[in-house]
Amino acid sequence: MKAWKLRLYVAGVTPKSLEAFANLKKICEEFLKGKYSIEIVDLLKDPKLAKGDQIVAIPTLVRRLPPPLKKIIGDLSNKEKVLVGLNIIKKG
Amino acid sequence: MAKLKSSSGGKYRTLPKVSTGIQGLDEVTLGGLPKGRPTLVCGGAGCGKTVLAMEFLCRGGIQYNEPGVFMAFEEKEKDLADNFASLGFDIPALVKDKKLAIDYVKIERNEIEETGEYDLEGLFVRLLSAIDSIGAKRVVLDTIEALFSGFTNQSILRAELRRIFGWLKDKGITAIITGEKGEHMLTKHGLEEYVADCVIYLDHRVNEQLATRRMKIIKYRGSRHGTSEFPFLIGDAGISVFPITSLLLTCRAYQDRVSSGIKQLDEMLDGKGYYRGTAVLLSGSAGSGKTSVAAQFADSMCEGGKKAIFFSFEESEGQILRNMKSIGLDLQKWIDKGQLKFISNRGSFCGLEAHLVLAHQALDDFRPDAIVMDPITTLLQSGTLDEAKAMIARLLDFAKNNGMTIVATDLTLKGNRGETTEIGISSLCDVWIKLTMEQEGRRKQRLLNILKARGMKHSHEVRNLVISDRGLSIEDIAEYAPSHIETADAPQFTAGGAK
Repeated sequence: MKAWKLRLYVAGVTPKSLEAFANLKKICEEFLKGKYSIEIVDLLKDPKLAKGDQIVAIPTLVRRLPPPLKKIIGDLSNKEKVLVGLNIIKKG
Repeated sequence: MAKLKSSSGGKYRTLPKVSTGIQGLDEVTLGGLPKGRPTLVCGGAGCGKTVLAMEFLCRGGIQYNEPGVFMAFEEKEKDLADNFASLGFDIPALVKDKKLAIDYVKIERNEIEETGEYDLEGLFVRLLSAIDSIGAKRVVLDTIEALFSGFTNQSILRAELRRIFGWLKDKGITAIITGEKGEHMLTKHGLEEYVADCVIYLDHRVNEQLATRRMKIIKYRGSRHGTSEFPFLIGDAGISVFPITSLLLTCRAYQDRVSSGIKQLDEMLDGKGYYRGTAVLLSGSAGSGKTSVAAQFADSMCEGGKKAIFFSFEESEGQILRNMKSIGLDLQKWIDKGQLKFISNRGSFCGLEAHLVLAHQALDDFRPDAIVMDPITTLLQSGTLDEAKAMIARLLDFAKNNGMTIVATDLTLKGNRGETTEIGISSLCDVWIKLTMEQEGRRKQRLLNILKARGMKHSHEVRNLVISDRGLSIEDIAEYAPSHIETADAPQFTAGGAK
């Protein structure tokens, strides 16, 4: 049972999505080691899934657990912002 | 060198267009929206953008077998379905039949954090998936400006918007993009910069306590279009635009006849009365019996189980009821039975177009078989003659096409009014009956004759209209007394006598 369930939405294998995944992986390994799972959803393969999480921008990272739902868009290159966005560390 | 050869050869051609099916809009745009291109529909809140956009899709699906995708950024599927049920569109059924797909895109600013580069590929994926699911030919984005409040990176947004419109064009999709009115620009975020082929502006303003909606085609690249502002209505069958300039003669010609309500007048009209779905003009001076003849017609239609609507621009409902009662017409009972409806407004109460909008709305709601407009010429005073004539023609067309028979009166003021108004209106009417007051000896009598009656043999006789407390009848004119001719030839006596 992982406490952190993350889902990364991408549209095909693009440099931006690869970069987002690499950035995410690095942050998770550093701060959430052993406590997280990442699911990658490729909207090109399954476009219907975009509606569920109201995906507009790509890439979008969704924190499904723990609640509340959080979304971060972009290539996740700014570590500070990702940590704040995921509520791993508090703002400030 | 060979590349210099022009494929079109400089020959004039208009862009292919797509019918919207919206009443009047195709006329105003001379055929519809540019095919395979985006059109911007903009205006303030509540101006009817969403209605126009949705109706474009519904009619596309129902009438032209062109399914459509509605991408809603503001309203949920359920709300849209509820709102459009009142306009006669069954959204869930259209969705079920794969004529329509709706995707509600929710953008919640405070849920989203931005970090680094991104694009709107998710939106593309959703749009493409919806288009493919029903084979859509039409798309609405209502209103894509919501993106501006959802994302902070303007340069990404603008690039993506440009990409999305280009992409729709490449796919040959006819699209409507809606946009909120901006302060210094047509739209808040300058969408007109991206959608340049056709721009329609909607306006909803309140004039003298009457709300009127207007539409203006601001731009239509590669096509002629009407440049005026066109009033439009949102009724229970969607949008109807009243084109002022373009008038197509497409009235249905009914063969069946309706009685004028006066037996002898029917006899004069080929023995059968008016054609159904035509317009009859009664012109005459004050007191010549125009309103009575018109009311008699309404009464007889109600008697036959039909419905009639009475537009009165000079007298109130109560006055007309009382006056008609004095000649044996009990109109109240038809009102009680729901067959007769009075709409009394002073001519100056509102502008011409508001009158027409009101009239149109009433006709649409009540669906009468007979219409009385007393007097129709009042409407001419509330606009320029050409405009008024065209708009009255439009209203008459609407009535005629729906099989409604119109009896309109026209107050002729001797010498005062130019003949132009009379001629202007009479050419729109199929039957023209003239009523006059003539002095015969020491009393006046009412004379009636038919100036024209299209499509039938009619009497050319001048006869005597008799109004009594038992109703109207028409009699042959009694023998002319010599004194009559004398007085007629000697106006100084008439003038003296009238004083």
